[in-house]
Amino acid sequence: MRRVIEAHGITKRYNGSVDALRGADLIVEEGELVAIVGPSGSGKSTLLQLIGTLDRPTSGTVRIDGFSVAELSDRQLSGLRSSRIGFVFQQFHLAVGTSALDNVADGLLYSGRPLRERRTRAEEALRRVGLGHRLGHHPQQMSGGEQQRVAIARAVVGDPPLLLADEPTGNLDSSAGTEVLSLLRDLHADGTTVVVITHDPEIAAWAPRRVRVRDGRIVSDDGPGAGHRQVAALIKSGPGEA
Amino acid sequence: MSTTVPAPSRLRLRDVLRVGGAGLRTRPGRVFLSALGIAIGIATMIAVIGISASGQEQLMRQLDRLGTGLLRVEAGSTFSGEEARLPARAVAMVREVEAVRHAGATGTIAVAIRRTDRIPKELTGGITVQAATFDLLSTLDGQVRVGSWLNEATARYPAVVLGSVAAERLGVTGTGMRVWIGDRWFTVIGILGPMPLAPEIERSALIGFAAAQKYFQFDGHPTTIYERSAEESVEAVRALLARTVNPENPEHVAVSRPSDALAARAAAAGTFTGLLLGLGAVALLVGGVGVANTMVISVLERRREIGLRRSLGATRGQIRMQFLTESLILSVIGGGGGLVIGVLVTMAYALMQGWPAVVPPWVIGGTLAATLAVSLIAGIYPAVRASRVPPSVALAMI
Repeated sequence: MRRVIEAHGITKRYNGSVDALRGADLIVEEGELVAIVGPSGSGKSTLLQLIGTLDRPTSGTVRIDGFSVAELSDRQLSGLRSSRIGFVFQQFHLAVGTSALDNVADGLLYSGRPLRERRTRAEEALRRVGLGHRLGHHPQQMSGGEQQRVAIARAVVGDPPLLLADEPTGNLDSSAGTEVLSLLRDLHADGTTVVVITHDPEIAAWAPRRVRVRDGRIVSDDGPGAGHRQVAALIKSGPGEA
Repeated sequence: MSTTVPAPSRLRLRDVLRVGGAGLRTRPGRVFLSALGIAIGIATMIAVIGISASGQEQLMRQLDRLGTGLLRVEAGSTFSGEEARLPARAVAMVREVEAVRHAGATGTIAVAIRRTDRIPKELTGGITVQAATFDLLSTLDGQVRVGSWLNEATARYPAVVLGSVAAERLGVTGTGMRVWIGDRWFTVIGILGPMPLAPEIERSALIGFAAAQKYFQFDGHPTTIYERSAEESVEAVRALLARTVNPENPEHVAVSRPSDALAARAAAAGTFTGLLLGLGAVALLVGGVGVANTMVISVLERRREIGLRRSLGATRGQIRMQFLTESLILSVIGGGGGLVIGVLVTMAYALMQGWPAVVPPWVIGGTLAATLAVSLIAGIYPAVRASRVPPSVALAMI
């Protein structure tokens, strides 16, 4: 099975003294839906930065889609992010005064594709998240749930093998949050590897595989989908609602 | 598993411009104000250059119209420092020179001209009373604005023709008025138009030689002789004049070319006022600092956006390019606006002065270069700062 994320013994030390991560191992295979859960300060955000290649570990190795982060230059890491990783953020990070279509098309801006193709694919991605009727709307004309769906469309418009969502429901009310989670589940059912970082135990319970982080270490890795190949099949039958 | 090392893609020029412009589009007020700084600097410099060039063009055209064929002959000074005099027959001798088309003369009379006899003698208003020969007017290519020029008849009577400035200073607007010259009334029979090549005539009251001899014991020696020839023979004539006018003492004769003064003024007008140009440069510098300031603030405000772009796959170079493009566009807007304002100011000023409006073409290139330089210098520091923003700032800080 293809390993989308492979991290061994990663540590992260800030300012020479603060250890945010103290030796974590994590392997995520293609097609999984994983929740990384932990309280504030547990090190889960640092873990996300490292597996998102936004930062480098102090020690240990991280491989994304087979590429060792330590061996890549800053430019190559940018190339890796543009082709292999889609990000969804708590604050959506949409450009105000710019249409949903162009916000999503910007997800391909650094992939070298021409504008026309970016827009065509952005339209497809927006239809995929159920916003085909909102192409020309600006973020400020949309609800929070809709904005996050635009952000998800932007993350998947390039069909990355890995989708990283950082507290994707943190700024949403519960119904909008449910909407966003079911969209992530649909994407996962279609074959995308999804990793959700959250402090919310309910969302953790929703995922077939839960990785719990505390004090810079991974303290448990379980759930019905943990380490299994047929995660997509499992999640379709609905154990995640438990 | 793919094995090729992921290489970042290059941004197309169109995308570079789109991304650079996007940051400005959402902040129009700030764009306007910081572009205004650049615009003021560029406009000042263009207006200074344009106005001097227009003034120069005006003088050059005037020079073309007036011609350069006029020479002026005056008495110089003797070795002992006394003022030399021109011989009474000098005008007639000048006329004998080959290639001379016209020759006229004036002789200064030491009397005062006043509006009435009640005004004290000392208040001459800077006006000289001169005896004039008939062909003075044709030699100077002058125009009579009101009334008529001296003729055989009026030259013998107390009749006076005023230069344009003299008429203005005396408050004379038409013919038939009387002015007080020496100790008698003279009737104004004409007022001359402007004479750019002989400003001393503009400030003169001209009477006939005959009248001057009759009323003021004028000895008939001319003070100044004006001579006009074809432009190509000016130098040849000039070489002969001194000897012709005063064969015994040619060194007592001074010959000058009035159009040289005009040409010198034209040359001087073309050299821009250094002080104003420096002022424009300072304004441009301040404008550049404004752009740099705006960009630094923009980088601070947009750390999240930068983080997002980095997470979408932008390289540091692409972020740098984005912010550099942004300051470039900002400066181009300012530079373009300044160009338009500067040209408009030049045109308005030239229109007011009745000059032809001229903005030298190299100014456009210079503006472009100055704008590029300012935007690069102003943009580099903020752009480097932007590229150093770590990509992780896009993530939630809980």
